[in-house]
Amino acid sequence: MAALTEEQTLIKDQATSWASAEAPVSKFRAMRNEGTEVGFAKPTWDSMVEMGWTGILVPEEYGGSDLGYLTFGLVLEELGKQLAASPLFASAYVGATALLLAGTDEQKSSHLPRIVDGTEIVTLAVDEGPRHAPARTAMEAKSEGGKHVLTGSKTLVLEGMSATHFIVVARSTGKVGEAQGLSLFIVSADAAGLSRRPMKTMDSRGYAELSFDGVEVSDADLMGPAGQAGEVLDEILDRARAGVGAEMQGVGSQAFAMTLDYLKTRKQFGAVIGSFQALGHRAAELFAAMELARSCGEAALQEIDAQSNSVAKACSLSKAKVGDFLHTMSNQLIQIHGGIGMTDEFDAGLYLKRARVLETLYGNQSYHRDRYARLLGF
Amino acid sequence: MTKSADLDGFRAEVSDWVQSNFPSALKGFDLGADSPSEKGVSGEFRAWRQALADKGWGTPTWPKEYGGAGRSDPEAKVIRQEIAKAGAFNPIPPMTGMGVTMVGPTILEYGTDEQKAKHLPGIASGEVRWCLGLSEPNAGSDLASLSTKAVDEGDAFILNGQKIWTSGAHISQWCGAVVRTDPKAKKRDGISFVMLPMDQKGVETRLIKLISGASPFCETFFNDARADKSDLLGDLNDGWSVVKRLLQHERQSQTSAPAAVKIDQEPLQEQAKRYVGTLEDGTLADPDLRLRVVENLMDAEAHKLTVSRITAEAKGQVKVSAAASILKNSMTRVAQTKAELTLEMMGNQGIGWEGEQFSEEELRSVRDWLMGKAMSIYGGSAEIQNNIISKNILGLPETTQQG
Repeated sequence: MAALTEEQTLIKDQATSWASAEAPVSKFRAMRNEGTEVGFAKPTWDSMVEMGWTGILVPEEYGGSDLGYLTFGLVLEELGKQLAASPLFASAYVGATALLLAGTDEQKSSHLPRIVDGTEIVTLAVDEGPRHAPARTAMEAKSEGGKHVLTGSKTLVLEGMSATHFIVVARSTGKVGEAQGLSLFIVSADAAGLSRRPMKTMDSRGYAELSFDGVEVSDADLMGPAGQAGEVLDEILDRARAGVGAEMQGVGSQAFAMTLDYLKTRKQFGAVIGSFQALGHRAAELFAAMELARSCGEAALQEIDAQSNSVAKACSLSKAKVGDFLHTMSNQLIQIHGGIGMTDEFDAGLYLKRARVLETLYGNQSYHRDRYARLLGF
Repeated sequence: MTKSADLDGFRAEVSDWVQSNFPSALKGFDLGADSPSEKGVSGEFRAWRQALADKGWGTPTWPKEYGGAGRSDPEAKVIRQEIAKAGAFNPIPPMTGMGVTMVGPTILEYGTDEQKAKHLPGIASGEVRWCLGLSEPNAGSDLASLSTKAVDEGDAFILNGQKIWTSGAHISQWCGAVVRTDPKAKKRDGISFVMLPMDQKGVETRLIKLISGASPFCETFFNDARADKSDLLGDLNDGWSVVKRLLQHERQSQTSAPAAVKIDQEPLQEQAKRYVGTLEDGTLADPDLRLRVVENLMDAEAHKLTVSRITAEAKGQVKVSAAASILKNSMTRVAQTKAELTLEMMGNQGIGWEGEQFSEEELRSVRDWLMGKAMSIYGGSAEIQNNIISKNILGLPETTQQG
């Protein structure tokens, strides 16, 4: 754990005890069994808003506490440990980040306070195909005198069924595959021509597929100059990647804790299985991978807070290294638990499924290895 | 606790001193090339070492009375940084063999006042070189099964037996050795740690030639060799606790970049581009190699970040800890993989042994690759480090083997 300030320690401790008392994995399981369309329980979400977590990134003038990304990461990690489901990440982290980095003053003062008090859920709609590839945005934004007409579709939009607003990546100029020509719009979920339907994913969280059929938005809903959002979109996505990394670290460290506990208690051949060297070494390797991943994940959040000029590299490193660790860890979680790990009744499967979804969000490990190499110029 | 303002002042002082004392003739000196010994060094080298020793900055955290400077860890870091910044180097740790990194810290902890006064100043000044007699043939990482015998003969112990992998024994003046002082006791309970001069009739060393062609290691034979009783470190038959501590210091010293890494080394990806070429979009022409290179670079970065995170969490006062096992294994993996990738990207040029068809860099890469195979063996093999992690950090039960 990074050297934390007193305030960060307090928030982390609050998140730890709240998550285990109020949002343990059994609550997530109950929500899954009920099969809600939005993918979270309303009281859980209300409680998060009440604790002020929705304002961690938001400056005080907009009703937040402005505590920064590392602090938010600490909360996301603790929630990740219990698989606590809510729109906190999609709206108060990614949505707020997009508004802070790309929004106009009007957009900020209209939306940020409402993100903080929970009346609005603002989420980013970026991907269109099976792979994360912002440059492959095809959604068309045709500009006609102070108006923009959006046509196209979006997939895997986080908390898409509960969102009140979407921050939509669309193409004003250029061709699919080009980084240039992208624009960001903030669009109300009840805009005419916009329809959504739920996507049922293996992690039982809330996602939507959006369809834009000539949705009209005004210049006031354009975030920054038309066609020039490529760079800021990258900055938004990097912060999102570091946030996903924090949750992944939580999912992985919980998976590790469950596995270690099992190694210490499960007996076979007359001995606890953790006394077998093959398994002891596997645990040691997993632990080392976890510690190395944690350094990368925390460094990314710290670089964002420090506004350093190597945020992009740090975030790709984080998503790739934490991703590699979680991938291996979640597989070993099942393998080491043996048959019990395969049952739906046991929690391991929930962690495995969440792990795979988090890996794909905002670029998987191979996406980020490629990006890291490009950033280093080779 | 040192305030950062004081550190800034200290930094300026160190920087000024290094600028005016480091002889320009030593710029570019390759400290990592070979274990330097007294014979091979120039007058300038000796003068620079003496100047550092006079300040106590070769071993800055050691007490002043034993040749150190009594400085804090953050101050020691400043000294390291400023020496590196000036393109200079600290010759004292490599000149003392195992002296500064392992023997010295252990004497500081376990030694009597007399032992500290006798041994530490010579290490701190870089004049006395130490080797360690730990491993024995057939013992390997199972150190406690050693059989070198030490018999009590009044003022001294008389040693008989054979040690192996005694790095630098042929150029060392002193040796720290673990010996069996009670053959009847259980494995770990009957051994002691003694210190003995190498320049005596009963000690003989032979070089061991390695696959890399180099011979940094020796075999050392004790044939009625003599170790004064006053040079017994720690209690009689309690050598195991001394050795455990010594090995922790060893792991700690092996967690950062190896000393042989040259400062101006070309980044791996640039080297790869030179040998393999690039596609139109600037990416490496061999996409499979490209991904493996980037993974190695990421692993290197993750290692570096972990070293600084652990340092930050310990607020600059890094204690020898079990974390050293994690770092040793990750350092090793990064370095060995990098060496493999370097040979691979060089292709036909990466298989040379000698001759002018190969550049110096290419020949060096082959030798470094072979030498690097030792990293996962010495100081406790990768498997031993995993045993330490699973037992000491994770609290898993002892495996069925004793070790």
